[in-house]
Amino acid sequence: MAGALLRSALRLKPRLRPAGAERRRYSQRSEGLERAVAAFRSVSGDEGVSLGEAVREQHGRDESVHRCRPPDVVVFPRCVEEVSALAKICHEHQLPIIPFGTGTGLEGGVGALKGGVCFSLRNMDQVLDLHQEDFDVTVEPGVTRKALNSYLRDTGLWFPVDPGADASLCGMASTSASGTNAVRYGTMRENVLNLEVVLADGTIIHTAGRGRRPRKTSAGYNLTNLFVGSEGTLGILTKATLRLYGIPESMVSAVCSFPSVQAAVDSTVQVLQAGVPIARIEFLDDVMIGACNSFNSLSYPVTPTLFLEFHGSSKSLEEQVSITEEITRDNGGSDFAWAEDEETRAKLWKARHDAWYASLALRPGCKAYSTDVCVPLSRLPQIIVETKEDLIRNNLTGPIAGHVGDGNFHCIMVLDPNDPDEVQRVHEFTERLARRALAMDGTCTGEHGVGLGKRALLREELGPMAMEVMQGLKATLDPKNLMNPGKVL
Amino acid sequence: MAARVLVGVKRVIDYAVKIRVKPDNTGVVTDGVKHSMNPFCEIAVEEAVRLKEKKLVKEVVAVSCGPQQVQETIRTALAMGADRGIHVEVSGKDYDTLGPLQVSKILAALAKKEEASLVILGKQAIDDDCNQTGQMTAALLDWPQGTFASEVTIDGDKIKVIREIDGGLETIKINMPAVVTADLRLNTPRYATLPNIMKAKKKKIASVKPGELGVDLTSRLEVLRVEEPAQRQAGVKVETVEDLVGKLKEAGRI
Repeated sequence: MAGALLRSALRLKPRLRPAGAERRRYSQRSEGLERAVAAFRSVSGDEGVSLGEAVREQHGRDESVHRCRPPDVVVFPRCVEEVSALAKICHEHQLPIIPFGTGTGLEGGVGALKGGVCFSLRNMDQVLDLHQEDFDVTVEPGVTRKALNSYLRDTGLWFPVDPGADASLCGMASTSASGTNAVRYGTMRENVLNLEVVLADGTIIHTAGRGRRPRKTSAGYNLTNLFVGSEGTLGILTKATLRLYGIPESMVSAVCSFPSVQAAVDSTVQVLQAGVPIARIEFLDDVMIGACNSFNSLSYPVTPTLFLEFHGSSKSLEEQVSITEEITRDNGGSDFAWAEDEETRAKLWKARHDAWYASLALRPGCKAYSTDVCVPLSRLPQIIVETKEDLIRNNLTGPIAGHVGDGNFHCIMVLDPNDPDEVQRVHEFTERLARRALAMDGTCTGEHGVGLGKRALLREELGPMAMEVMQGLKATLDPKNLMNPGKVL
Repeated sequence: MAARVLVGVKRVIDYAVKIRVKPDNTGVVTDGVKHSMNPFCEIAVEEAVRLKEKKLVKEVVAVSCGPQQVQETIRTALAMGADRGIHVEVSGKDYDTLGPLQVSKILAALAKKEEASLVILGKQAIDDDCNQTGQMTAALLDWPQGTFASEVTIDGDKIKVIREIDGGLETIKINMPAVVTADLRLNTPRYATLPNIMKAKKKKIASVKPGELGVDLTSRLEVLRVEEPAQRQAGVKVETVEDLVGKLKEAGRI
């Protein structure tokens, strides 16, 4: 596995092929694939099937550092019946199926390792069935998070899970995405009520029953959450019914500096224990703050910092902010600044918003890779301190930003992809970090998913018995291993 | 601080919808299509509500012209903070041919009737892109106008407006009463929250007919035909330079 990651990190650009090679590749394609493509065209029309190299490459990569692995064909179904018909054809011809939403994943989940057919779901872009009084909505996979919230803007409702990117909501369900406000609103696991799924053989199922959307249920096995986080390895998600929330009446953002990581985390724990329904608590370490200061010409004290956001009515906000300010003060926090109007809030949070770019700006010309471990809150200070020591000892650039309310943090590893020694050191660092988290009762991936690069770590995390059960489920739902092969398990 | 502000809000097809032309080419498909408040009208409402929050104006009145459904749009303005609404009833053929000239006559009549000191409108609607209603309304009232506003400051009985123009920004000072039209960067409109939507249900929307305002809705424009832009054709790949030259000659390009 180490070798695979090293190879994949080294080859970050697709190889350029000489002119005649494309023709040769076409003629080398199996007859089976030719027949399948003809069958695809009869289902989706010529416009719904693409063999173009640029289109295939676009659908073979995401926003991770894994190299592009283009599929053999890309299809663009417009409805679940088409998805089912296309899947049946793939099943008949033993072709791998890779579902594709917006390509904003961070773990190489869409790479077609064994070639096959990419199902781009972007044409299925309708918001269906909004039930305002029930706080639920059903969406197709082409609907992104920002598109849904824009659609909902006049209703007073929103879908709060915010992983940063404007990702497909079904893609978010598929990777069990989370985000900066999971501490208050939960992750996708808590917010998907029902899924329509097309299995590897074209069977269409509704995980909670067709059209059902009760706020809670004890009916049968929790199939919905089996598919949430399955990263396209068990089926293609073609509809998701989501839980909505009221748009907060007001928001307040705040920033506070701390003398140590421990002080910042202690404050976080105490704020949660005090019952403050905090919406976002983000931690930035001193290296990250330094990067943000340089990038945005700011002058935050270069020390561990918390960025906080509160949601509620004006009265409730006053109380929340006052309790929090007291707690931070008691833990040695200083420079507590807060704002209610949108423009000042945006200024206060700018540092946190630009963290990715500020990190990249530390070393122009380099790429960035984000780690994603998550541990119980009480272990967070220790793991961050040990990780920072590891970074310094190995001369690595890794500013830290974290969703500290969940015990989840990211080291944004800035590395030169053309320096094999650095690539190797980063790779070894991320393995040590993952194992450090596992040793502290945590997980190797809090929100990005297993994808391509963390399969061995998953085995360590779950242990052989749980892995066997997962493999059994996979074998039952996808005996031919056509669904996104080479990922997760 | 006796100012009453009139804000015009238009119900248009939502900006995110893919527009389709009707098969008979007389217009675009509106049945079953999501509609919402024109984005520039949202900005206008937001500005009016902020002026009220700063206690520079006393009351914000939201106005919309059209059939029953425009009441939804007025309700959204009320949820954002407007105090009451006026629904000018226009339906059927009259609504199909309703344009800036008739709307500006209606707004001018209402501005006088309501004794408004300020009329704030969006700079244009995203369905017709006319960018005329604000200017016509000001002309009919013989009021000054501050159009394409990216910043509005009330200073006694004058208004300082910073306008977005081709060369950059222009700052003007105009007397009240005046008409202002909102440009994109004037502000970021607030979302209507559930509690405010509930409160808005209790606010009043008065109905009035254009005839009662002495306005004739006859249109002087006739839409002849609506068409989609030409479909983009696929490109052609050629194998050799000779092929390329041949194709260019065929197309009469060389």
